[in-house]
Amino acid sequence: MQYTQFTEEQVGVMLTTIGAKTIDDLFSPIPAAHRLTRPLDLPKGVSELELLRDCESLAGRNYDCTKLTCFLGCGSYDHFVPTIVDSMAGQSEFLTAYTPYQAEASQGILQLFYEFQTMICALTGMEIANASLYEGATAAAEAVMMAAAITKRDRVLVADNVHPDTLAVHAAYDADRKIATTVIASSGGLVDEQSLADALDDGIAAVVIQSPNFFGCVERLDRLIPKIHEHGALAIISTDPLAAGVFKSAGAHGADIVVAEGQPLGIPMQYGGPYLGLLAAREKYLRKMPGRVIGMTTDREGRRAFCLALQTREQHIKRERATSNICTNQGLLAIRAAIHMAALGKRGIAEVSSQCFDKAHYAADAISALDGYSLRFDAPFFKEFVIRTDRDVAAVLDHCRSGGIAAGVALGRFDDRYADCFAVAVTEKRSRTEIDALVSALREA
Amino acid sequence: MSSIASRPAADITKKETATVTVPVSGRPVKGIESASSSQAMSKKPRLQQRDHPVLFELGAPGLSGVSLPPSEVPSVDRAKTIPAELLASELPALPEIGELDVVRHYKRLAHRCFSIDENFYPLGSCTMKYNPRVNERVAALPGFAHLHPYQRESDVQGMLELLYRLRCDLAEIAGLAEVSLQPAAGAHGEMTGLMIIGAYHRHRNEPRKKILVPDTAHGTNPASCATCDRSAMTVRSRPDGRVDLDDLRSKVDTDTAAMMITNPNTVGVFDEGIGDIADILHKAGALLYLDGANMNAILGITRPGDFGVDVMHYNTHKTFSTPHGGGGPGAGPVAVAEKLRPFLPVPQVIKRDDGTFGWDENRPSTIGKVRSFYGQIGVLVRAYAYIRSLGCDGLRDVSEKAVLAANYLAARLGERFTLPIPGPYAHEFITVPIAGDSGVTENDVAKRLLDHGIHPPTMSWPIQHCLMIEPTETESLATLDGFVDAMIEIADEIEHDPEVLRTAPHMTPVKRVDEVAANRRPNVRWRAE
Repeated sequence: MQYTQFTEEQVGVMLTTIGAKTIDDLFSPIPAAHRLTRPLDLPKGVSELELLRDCESLAGRNYDCTKLTCFLGCGSYDHFVPTIVDSMAGQSEFLTAYTPYQAEASQGILQLFYEFQTMICALTGMEIANASLYEGATAAAEAVMMAAAITKRDRVLVADNVHPDTLAVHAAYDADRKIATTVIASSGGLVDEQSLADALDDGIAAVVIQSPNFFGCVERLDRLIPKIHEHGALAIISTDPLAAGVFKSAGAHGADIVVAEGQPLGIPMQYGGPYLGLLAAREKYLRKMPGRVIGMTTDREGRRAFCLALQTREQHIKRERATSNICTNQGLLAIRAAIHMAALGKRGIAEVSSQCFDKAHYAADAISALDGYSLRFDAPFFKEFVIRTDRDVAAVLDHCRSGGIAAGVALGRFDDRYADCFAVAVTEKRSRTEIDALVSALREA
Repeated sequence: MSSIASRPAADITKKETATVTVPVSGRPVKGIESASSSQAMSKKPRLQQRDHPVLFELGAPGLSGVSLPPSEVPSVDRAKTIPAELLASELPALPEIGELDVVRHYKRLAHRCFSIDENFYPLGSCTMKYNPRVNERVAALPGFAHLHPYQRESDVQGMLELLYRLRCDLAEIAGLAEVSLQPAAGAHGEMTGLMIIGAYHRHRNEPRKKILVPDTAHGTNPASCATCDRSAMTVRSRPDGRVDLDDLRSKVDTDTAAMMITNPNTVGVFDEGIGDIADILHKAGALLYLDGANMNAILGITRPGDFGVDVMHYNTHKTFSTPHGGGGPGAGPVAVAEKLRPFLPVPQVIKRDDGTFGWDENRPSTIGKVRSFYGQIGVLVRAYAYIRSLGCDGLRDVSEKAVLAANYLAARLGERFTLPIPGPYAHEFITVPIAGDSGVTENDVAKRLLDHGIHPPTMSWPIQHCLMIEPTETESLATLDGFVDAMIEIADEIEHDPEVLRTAPHMTPVKRVDEVAANRRPNVRWRAE
């Protein structure tokens, strides 16, 4: 397949205009020693039909979640995505637009991102939000760098019950940055308040807490955040944007920076990406925030208009003094999330949140009533919970899988201490019949 | 249509220079009319002009655009299960709008955007090529789009095989030993590359801190250095845009970890000194990093690994046609030479001896994870589809045509505008559109191009007052000629009607936007009156 569209005759005309004999002449600055003298060792190109056959064959060898009943979570969730999200976000004016540096030619996308920022503020209870970061784990890492710049301190605490990938990203980033991360212990599924108090001192820039955390438990932010503030540290709370229909937002609890994995907002699971990093903060930190921010302004005739604001924070202006190195972000995923939030609206999001909560509790009650299964933690939870079992976890999950149910994520893959546990996530998409089938499968396993 | 559009190129060469005083069309060119009448691409305004309310001004209390089935399960008593302090006391202040009005809102916003599907984007360093539709269809296949990242490996063999093939293809295109698909974007790839470089030197007990960066580097290069706590030291370029080797030699020392370079470079030429650059660095124990932003110029023609590069990142949203999406998602796969393989991120997709595919976590010297899960999978699927479609022959054709198009545009524009760096060019080049003291800026030229339905080139970078032009291989000759015509018309306006430029654009949904006010009094969130 070729997407070029010059005829041979046109190529001739172009070469004449250039004053070159052959296309190869144009590559004369590349020394012969560096030239590739053979074709790339790749298959030859194929037609669209052949491409589709190849890709459909690869896709057909996957057992995707349209064929399974999915109770998998741990950072990626099978929520219902309304049809208009795909059809509106799929408009090629959005899909194939560039970053909106040219404001006058990008008013639609700029307005959309401005509305996105506003809705993220509503869900997180914060005053400002950016127009997206890569995904949840790097959003937390960016928040930590932001907090270090704000507080001029270089040590951070991260709870051990955040997503393991968040911990892993912090560990990897720490090797090459001036920030040192200390992990604080949890107990009973929640951040241990004494461990937090012991680890805090006046040199701590920030504490990263996830709520609902990796185990699905909802943290006592009402008690943790004031403790953090006593030492002048910032509270960075990683959250699930859909929890806001049931639980008080992190912003309402006094968080300084809120980050989130935005995948639950209308983004398909796609085997882990691309997802959507969310970052919201207090207004006073606007100039320290990483990533693009859209502002409302006017045009020269005084009409309402939108543009990229505060670009002097960004790498293309400030270079090594930028607040972050981020350039390309997750525009199209932010577009999906915006359309999802707008379509659901206040009542829709409350209904989704509520159904997740009720269905997860219905499932947890039924599973923990079975012989050999119990809830690992008794803390409040939102849409996900951890089950401990006397039985072999792998065998249990395999049994369910053979009945077409992806019953949960084995936690032994992350931590040996939880080798007898698996996490179950129940979204609004799961019907009572599906939950009952899960319970039966677990009983039989 | 004016006479310019239909005039052959050879005719222009005789008449126009930057100092010409007679309008080439033989009539005064005035304001909006000229833009709307003379350009094939801009016969009518394509963007919706009418003001459109923000979401929060639409709808009415009680409306929603989505209906869910009834819950079927008993409602849990919140007060008994959750401490009162944790319960939401009010619902989040989202809009309340019916489905049709949600659709109309986003339809209207779409009509207020430029996009590749409708507009030419000769945007230097960004490779805004056509995004093939079939790749969207492929990425949306349920077997790719609806996989959970923690499904067992035996359920995702097709996905893993695709990622494995892509990993190998990208290594071959780079001429390097191995690729990690994990980084989320180009700048994230840079960071990952710098972390790999850091790990390599630490492994050799050499805590080298200094990264050399040419003065023409992308802004992300020094920013990535800062993120990784490295000091970026600038290396001078010669007037012809190549790295000044003497300046490089004087700055390379035992504290030098690496040099980050873009080649073909950001002024649009292949730096033939690249072999010497690599030698200078390697002799000092330092590494050569390639910013792969300009890979579109060399696919199948030369390979970074063959000109001395040790580590590089790709931008799939540039070279491999994945949609830009209004600023992402991209993907920034990183390719490394043999000696850097142990430090690549985990997990790595592998083919096992029994022919199955899986994730390998067992790399003792790895830098770890740079993001959650495995990468921008949906983007990587599109990149795979693109590479598979074009194949070895098609990829080479991409670079040949991209370079041909750039040199053709340069030849035509060179008749009227200054080209500060001599060719032949790679896939992009620099021109300085304004001579003399008209008071017109390159930004005015950029805004005027919008009236022609053309997205302006990259501006004022890497040298002052320039436009950096990258046409890509997918545009037609008619589109390239239309762009030249528009630029010549604008050159005439600079001389005869500069006001029309200073007040441009005229045909967009809003007039020139006050960005200064947006920074002075930032309004980044809607507040109800």
